[in-house]
Amino acid sequence: MDFTLKIWRQENATAKGSQQEYKVKDISSDTSFLEMLDALNQQLVEKGEDVISFDNDCREGVCGTCSLYINGEAHGPKKLVTTCQLYMRSFTDGQTIYIEPFRANAFPVIKDLVVDRSALDRIQQAGGYTSFNTGSAPEANAMPIAKEDAAAAFDAAECIGCGACVATCKNASAMLYVSAKVSQFAYLPQGKVEAAERVLNMVAQMDTEGFGNCTNTGACEVECPKGISIKNIARMNREFMCASLTSE
Amino acid sequence: MTKLDSKIPEGTIDRKWENYKSHSNLVNPSNRRKLDVIIVGTGLAGGAAAATLGEAGYNVKAFYFQDSPRRAHSIAAQGGINASKNYQNDNDSDYRLFYDTVKGGDYRAREENVYRLAELSGNIIDQCVAQGVPFAREYGGTLANRSFGGAQVSRTFYASGATGQQLLLGAYSSMNRQIKAGKVKSYNRHEMIDVVVVDGKARGIITRDLVTGKIERFGAHAVVIATGGYANVYYLSTNAMACNATAAWKTYKKGAYFANPCFCQIHPTCIPVSGELQSKLTLMSESLRNDGRIWVPKNIEDVKAIREGKLKPTQISEENRDYYLERRYPAFGNLVPRDVASRAAKERCDAGYGVNKTGFAVYLDFQDAINRLGDKTIRERYGNLFDMYENITGDNPYYTPMMIYPASHYSMGGIWVDYETMTTIPGLYAIGEANFSDHGANRLGASSLMQCLCDGYFVLPATISNYLAHDIHTGPINTNTPEFEKAEIDANNLIKKLFDIKGTKSVDYFHKKLGLLMWDKVGLSRNEKGLNEAIAEIKTIRENFWKDVKVTGKADQMNNELEKAIRVADFLELAELIAIDALNRNESCGAHFREESQTEENEAKRNDNDYKYVSAWQYTGEGNQPTLHKEELTFNAIELKQRNYK
Ligand SMILES: Cc1cc2nc3c(=O)[nH]c(=O)nc-3n(C[C@H](O)[C@H](O)[C@H](O)COP(=O)(O)OP(=O)(O)OC[C@H]3O[C@@H](n4cnc5c(N)ncnc54)[C@H](O)[C@@H]3O)c2cc1C
Repeated sequence: MDFTLKIWRQENATAKGSQQEYKVKDISSDTSFLEMLDALNQQLVEKGEDVISFDNDCREGVCGTCSLYINGEAHGPKKLVTTCQLYMRSFTDGQTIYIEPFRANAFPVIKDLVVDRSALDRIQQAGGYTSFNTGSAPEANAMPIAKEDAAAAFDAAECIGCGACVATCKNASAMLYVSAKVSQFAYLPQGKVEAAERVLNMVAQMDTEGFGNCTNTGACEVECPKGISIKNIARMNREFMCASLTSE
Repeated sequence: MTKLDSKIPEGTIDRKWENYKSHSNLVNPSNRRKLDVIIVGTGLAGGAAAATLGEAGYNVKAFYFQDSPRRAHSIAAQGGINASKNYQNDNDSDYRLFYDTVKGGDYRAREENVYRLAELSGNIIDQCVAQGVPFAREYGGTLANRSFGGAQVSRTFYASGATGQQLLLGAYSSMNRQIKAGKVKSYNRHEMIDVVVVDGKARGIITRDLVTGKIERFGAHAVVIATGGYANVYYLSTNAMACNATAAWKTYKKGAYFANPCFCQIHPTCIPVSGELQSKLTLMSESLRNDGRIWVPKNIEDVKAIREGKLKPTQISEENRDYYLERRYPAFGNLVPRDVASRAAKERCDAGYGVNKTGFAVYLDFQDAINRLGDKTIRERYGNLFDMYENITGDNPYYTPMMIYPASHYSMGGIWVDYETMTTIPGLYAIGEANFSDHGANRLGASSLMQCLCDGYFVLPATISNYLAHDIHTGPINTNTPEFEKAEIDANNLIKKLFDIKGTKSVDYFHKKLGLLMWDKVGLSRNEKGLNEAIAEIKTIRENFWKDVKVTGKADQMNNELEKAIRVADFLELAELIAIDALNRNESCGAHFREESQTEENEAKRNDNDYKYVSAWQYTGEGNQPTLHKEELTFNAIELKQRNYK
């Protein structure tokens, strides 16, 4: 398969970026999207040019590092997968593919397709934890948890923190991301003790970082590679309301 | 020269850790804030250690090359984590977990370390549950377990097929709490490229900021290496793209011994190689062997028909299938340890029975389990793995068997450490996959997560005070010393040297070449002739790399090619040590199979008379043969036996 690629190039955070055109040829349909980009980078090295920077690591869809906006969709056309799990069989021979970084005010571009998502970490630092020091945990089976609750907590906890929800949202809201963590703890008895503080602090941090508001378009859920449900947002709103009412 | 002292505490094996803790030096809480600890790596080992040392009150600086600690390679672990809770009432105990792990490692691990690991395994689960790790549960609300290879009990805790992710997010959350508290300072996109030793003690590191390219110095009273394994020396592996050996290798070149480098685990169940551009291999978790049965056709005609696309595996009748693991190892069947399963797959494929186009694949079949338990149960247990498999290969494993083949996966070898996880450089520690200590010659499934968290939550935090107690009057570590200066200059020179070559071949070209060579001659099966050839060929590849590599882009900006070049330069040296170690060890044990040392039935034959030791290699300068130090292994709590899974 042959492709024309229109890729965002930007030397650093302050430089002005632009779209550049590249061609790749003879790519097998079983090649992954990132391996196709590897092949392009090999061509650039041969020509003595700087390679295109793009974040990636596990290439198994779980580390959340890869983050491309492909033909107007976060992680490309295939649902429920990250960019690294996208294969060229999802495209047609001769197609033109537009590749952009995940864009949001809170995600400044570092270089080319790489953005700074540390705002997401800072939200977790604001409250995405339980306060058990190592060594102070009770015996694991002392706290039975209904199978459904554990499974629901797991579904929320599967969020890989890639930021596709933010990149997709017209308001660049991080509500799906934040609500996934809040919900995980809301389902578990361990999470109850600090529930109010957690949701208030995480939401406050989200606002400080410059993420937008949620206007319920549901785009985040559609693009989430892990299928995190927007029901989590509803649950977080409820947690937030309760917490706001009871705090001071 | 440093003498190898593993510092085993007094007492019977089940009392040693207690004794150690009761007699080690302590740092009182008000003194801890005067002490800085650098932790390199925020995977399960480093993340857990950063959180726990932060909680204890030390000043922690945590470094990692990803953009977030949550993205460390531990995130990709699928199947589960072992613990001797005996929740299934199947006679599990600390001793049994210890026994299985030492036996699984083919009696090449230090028994005292392994016992401690088993002893602490239950606490790990408690800690993770408290953090909100959503482990799978039974209807009654208690924790669920599954079985893994090399054990006859069910002691593996799991969170669907994403156990590593959930455990890492737990450690990450605890670390985040300490970041907020100001006790852990986190340095993302920082790659350690050297360790700094002052007056014989590890006192800091040199890093490259992967965004700005800046080379920086950081000082601390102790340095902890938690940088994971080196399976990527084979280029294609189940590890993440950027997993590398640089941090460990640089400590070796500064005096830390490197132990058992030839113990490289080849995992039996990975999606086979499909094309030229392939950049990594995807693991299909060992947990699948609970319900999946491995087979190849019995008749060579069927194999041919399958390869030509004229026959489907589902059309082959039971009696024409060779469930070769069940045939050869009736007691353990499909749940034999990884090394045994990998070699058996290779044996069938080498004999001509491999089933995909390349002839390098065997079937992993779920039909029986689906018939017995139903789709729904199978989906609950392995849903995400089945989806991943289908997405990558285009085949649906609910209807047709998976095709799998062994791939490089894990390194049992690593930096030599004593009972305290201290290396031969005082003040330098190594934890998690980066060290060598607990898995001997073969790691059992679900025991790396256990070891990483054990080291990070419990072992290192308890042992590091024994050393730091002597440093309470030292004051902050000054980085304006000749040692730091020199290390910084060396780092800059290395980068300049790489750019100046201006050769014709990319970094990946050399890495792939190295990988193929390692797979062929230092892979699943090794012999003297092949190893000698490998040593010579590695040297040639390395020389060519330094003559002909082309690194584009600039030094003072984000530059993925430069990052790779620095890592591959180190792989090219480590590879040689792996081959040297494999050549030295003329016995078959665990993952290390020497063709010269096998039984009449072609099973691995260990040689305890000559090789019952840990090989700890000392660097002696560029171009020189490294010096071998032997840590003799003694087994008091367990009887040495030839492994038998029949
Ligand atoms: C696909 C897969 C599945 C697995 N499944 C299981 C399982 O089910 N059960 C099990 O027990 N084990 C499993 N394992 C093994 C296990 O996941 C790993 O051995 C373990 O997670 C390693 O953890 P670690 O903390 O030692 O290192 P890692 O998680 O690899 O972390 C390394 C850290 O070091 C940092 N780092 C590395 N080099 C540098 C440097 N030079 N400078 C700065 N930072 C650096 C990285 O940024 C990262 O933070 C699996 C492994 C793979 C590949």
